[in-house]
Amino acid sequence: MNLLKRPGILVWFVLMLATVVTTWVLSKDIVAARTGTVAIIAIAFYKVRLVLLHFMELRHAPRGLRLFFELWVLVVAAAMIGMYLSGSAAPA
Amino acid sequence: MNERVTDTAEKPARRLPGVEGVWVFLAADMLFFTALFVSTMIGRRDAAEVFEAGRLTLDPNYGGINTLILLTSSWFVVLAVNAAKHDRLDEIPRWLLAAFGCGVAFGISKAFEYGTKLSAGITPASSDFYMYYFILTGFHLLHVIGGSVMLLVFWKMSRRRAFDSRRLAVLESGGLYWHMVDLLWIILFPLLYLMK
Repeated sequence: MNLLKRPGILVWFVLMLATVVTTWVLSKDIVAARTGTVAIIAIAFYKVRLVLLHFMELRHAPRGLRLFFELWVLVVAAAMIGMYLSGSAAPA
Repeated sequence: MNERVTDTAEKPARRLPGVEGVWVFLAADMLFFTALFVSTMIGRRDAAEVFEAGRLTLDPNYGGINTLILLTSSWFVVLAVNAAKHDRLDEIPRWLLAAFGCGVAFGISKAFEYGTKLSAGITPASSDFYMYYFILTGFHLLHVIGGSVMLLVFWKMSRRRAFDSRRLAVLESGGLYWHMVDLLWIILFPLLYLMK
């Protein structure tokens, strides 16, 4: 079976691409620190959601279970971005 | 009750992957790490300069490459579970061994990284940042080591044909744990290495 036709290949590719963009583009000095950091956190939690829904198959899991983990992603992402923005001084 | 009902309607029936207990364990473990993430953010807010100075000594290449390694490992586990679901039994050990190899690669890379820190005289006592760095990455590394041992055991089991479409629960539950190890690193990495 062709590797390209394997299940999850697209999700894997998006996860890899998102990692490359955050690690080697958004974290660099060409991007404003606050903008870059908020984007990096948001993308990280988007990746977490992809892993939960596709790799851990919550997409087809009972609704309650899916809801619990989706809420966890949302709450932790919001908390981290909120704490980051309230803690980092505005750029001089 | 109706765990294994499939294809009864146009949409596949909702199904709980793995066993119920593993989800309780994963939720508990994730909440434990959530507490660590939040305390790191509080520590960061209280000592922004110390955190930024510490962060700048970390090499994001290690963190980024380790993320790519764990994501790929996770995907290999997806392929192993998928092969079991479709009774392609010869494939299962191949994917599990590949996933295990990635776990080992992560461990080696982490050992190198710790080595460069310790040889530069940096320990958890060096600063608040390094305390969080060693606690978070250390707890996570323990999860990676445990998961890698599990994958090795699964590999041996799969060679004895212990998993197939009717005996899926153990492989699938272990796979879920391995995905959680991956997703925790996805958060941990930007938290320590990238947040400016």
